[in-house]
Amino acid sequence: MALDDRKASDTEARLAAMVMPDVGCTKAARGAALERVRAMGLPQRRDEYWKFTRPDTLTRTDAPRAAVFDAGEEPMFAGFDRLRIVFVDGVFSPERSDDLALEGVQIDRLEDVCCQDDHWAEDLYGTLEAAGQVPVDRPLAALNTAFAGDGVTIRVTGKPSRPISLVYTHEDEGSDVFLHHVVRVESGAEATILENGPAAARFNKCMEIDIADGGVLHHVRAQGRDHERRAVTHMFARLGRESVFKSFTLTVNGVLTRNETVITLAGDDAVAHVAGACAGDGDFHHDDTVFITHDAVNCESRQVFKKVLRNGATGVFQGKILVKSGAQKTDGYQISQSLLLDEDSQFLAKPELEIYADDVACSHGSTSGAIDEDALFYLRARGVPREIATDLLTLAFLAEAVEEIEREDLRNDIVGRMTEWLERRRQI
Amino acid sequence: MLEIRGLRVKLEEEDKQILKGVDLTVEAGKVHAIMGPNGSGKSTLSYVLSGRDGYEVTGGSATLEGADLLELEPEERAALGLFLAFQYPVEIPGVGNMTFLRTAVNAQRKAKGLEDMSAAEFLKVIRAKAKTLKIDADMLKRPVNVGFSGGEKKRNEILQMAMLEPKMCILDETDSGLDVDAMKLVSEGVNALRDAGRGFLVITHYQRLLDHIKPDVVHIMADGRIVKSGGPELALEVEQNGYADILAEVA
Ligand SMILES: Nc1ncnc2c1ncn2[C@@H]1O[C@H](COP(=O)(O)OP(=O)(O)O)[C@@H](O)[C@H]1O
Ligand SMILES: [Mg+2]
Repeated sequence: MALDDRKASDTEARLAAMVMPDVGCTKAARGAALERVRAMGLPQRRDEYWKFTRPDTLTRTDAPRAAVFDAGEEPMFAGFDRLRIVFVDGVFSPERSDDLALEGVQIDRLEDVCCQDDHWAEDLYGTLEAAGQVPVDRPLAALNTAFAGDGVTIRVTGKPSRPISLVYTHEDEGSDVFLHHVVRVESGAEATILENGPAAARFNKCMEIDIADGGVLHHVRAQGRDHERRAVTHMFARLGRESVFKSFTLTVNGVLTRNETVITLAGDDAVAHVAGACAGDGDFHHDDTVFITHDAVNCESRQVFKKVLRNGATGVFQGKILVKSGAQKTDGYQISQSLLLDEDSQFLAKPELEIYADDVACSHGSTSGAIDEDALFYLRARGVPREIATDLLTLAFLAEAVEEIEREDLRNDIVGRMTEWLERRRQI
Repeated sequence: MLEIRGLRVKLEEEDKQILKGVDLTVEAGKVHAIMGPNGSGKSTLSYVLSGRDGYEVTGGSATLEGADLLELEPEERAALGLFLAFQYPVEIPGVGNMTFLRTAVNAQRKAKGLEDMSAAEFLKVIRAKAKTLKIDADMLKRPVNVGFSGGEKKRNEILQMAMLEPKMCILDETDSGLDVDAMKLVSEGVNALRDAGRGFLVITHYQRLLDHIKPDVVHIMADGRIVKSGGPELALEVEQNGYADILAEVA
């Protein structure tokens, strides 16, 4: 379908301001991605898939600036023995990063991939992103593939002893960053990837994840708390037979976030869980857009998204489970809920099921509600002040999403952080 | 301790008068019981005293050791020493029982200008008290009242009371849904808290709880008023003849 003139011209205007990094082996993939962007056009407000989230500040040429926020506390995941890979405003920093050598995993910087012949990631770069463009366009992901300035490739071959921790530091108020990572978990291998930090004033991140038969990947992410930051992220995951992918994202603050997760269960008996907990206050718009395709037998998928919103914050959830014909014995579950702490906040949800197999069990639900007055009174009748009682109930509400994190130490760490933040907020 | 004078209460949402002038004084060290038919306003009285939303006080007063309860937030009333054991304890998914209790204990200590109780001290105290109520470690860990049986919920209320050591305890049908053994446990828990400085208001339908928790005074409530007060023998009279005779007598 031809683009309308306005969309085509806006897209060309944006592309004219972009410079494609000169990067040997990914050149072909980047060129193809650029063509995809041209064919799809960058998202506009009246696009169906962007009905609830305005894309203009994500697509326009000049990134809105964002003040750097100093939380004055220990960095996220600080207590964990992890392999840190640090990006400062989107540029890999060898000084701040740990040695990338770790038993059971091969980590390379994207630009180094391009200097090596026959690097494993060469054929993967852009592939899952391209596959994820059907049936819904995700032009900002293709834009990322074409123009990503940095990133890493992570190949898990064993069971590395430490989590791989991607740290996105934001220091420049005007930074506009594209990062692209490629992850491959080999058969029977298992790893944990952590991500944290705001990364930039405007951040576009794409992660392609290919999990071979029997591979296991845990992913826990905490998006940066800089109030004015904007982010659009894409995760494209392809799961082989009996593989497992569990992803959790915590989002607190940020003026605009759109997280798209696109998962294809391609091998039988695979398991994909994707969860998110978000707390927004005031000028905050958070969009979780999830698309899970069941394309094999006896796979399980779970989506658990919880949002606490106040002072005019907006939460969006677009979640789809597509069960292809032949994907029998699919077990699909999706829940999206919001807790609205006042009447100014809103939650917009579009849950969807599309099923072409007959022997499946899929359920989905979406709710939006205020705090439970009976529970609040019960707590207060025991002497717990209203604000503390509200926080307890808020944490309780988010707990169902946090419990999706399999590792107990990480789960506790996230809960501890959320508790601290709520406490601190009360004291202001 | 607790003084209620001519308390009149209607529902906020509807034009329905529920309490039509309640007079009641509970002295420190005493146990008062309120009995009365369903719908007579017993739970409403307990909710209004503890500060639940949805009711409008249209007359009268209620004070705890001279402090005007009706002016205060629920948490302030609790900090002054008022405690309500709920007829229907609320389930709170996602909030651990232990976290809940520690938060409550420390919030009340803070209101009194005391330091937080240390985690170790708290554990020691709660373990001892839970043991006498036969509440196991698992029940302490689980979310507040979630998946608890009726009896477990009521024992959990008494545990909260024991931890918070209130001055004025209101028990709303704490015996409902309890078998004989559970009733004994709960009663023992209550009796252990009887003290010269503490008042009790025990709301019940049945005399049998009063066999275990011996009241000093028994009141009969009907249609939003205390219609008769007397000694423990009044409860036995209700048990034998029902409310009809008493209501006819006062009508
Ligand atoms: N929130 C409410 N909404 C409607 N009716 C109520 C409400 N609370 C109490 N009532 C009514 O008030 C009366 C007294 O109820 P309640 O105090 O629960 O009585 P008791 O505890 O003595 O059985 C009943 O008729 C009951 O239906
Ligand atoms: Mg009642």
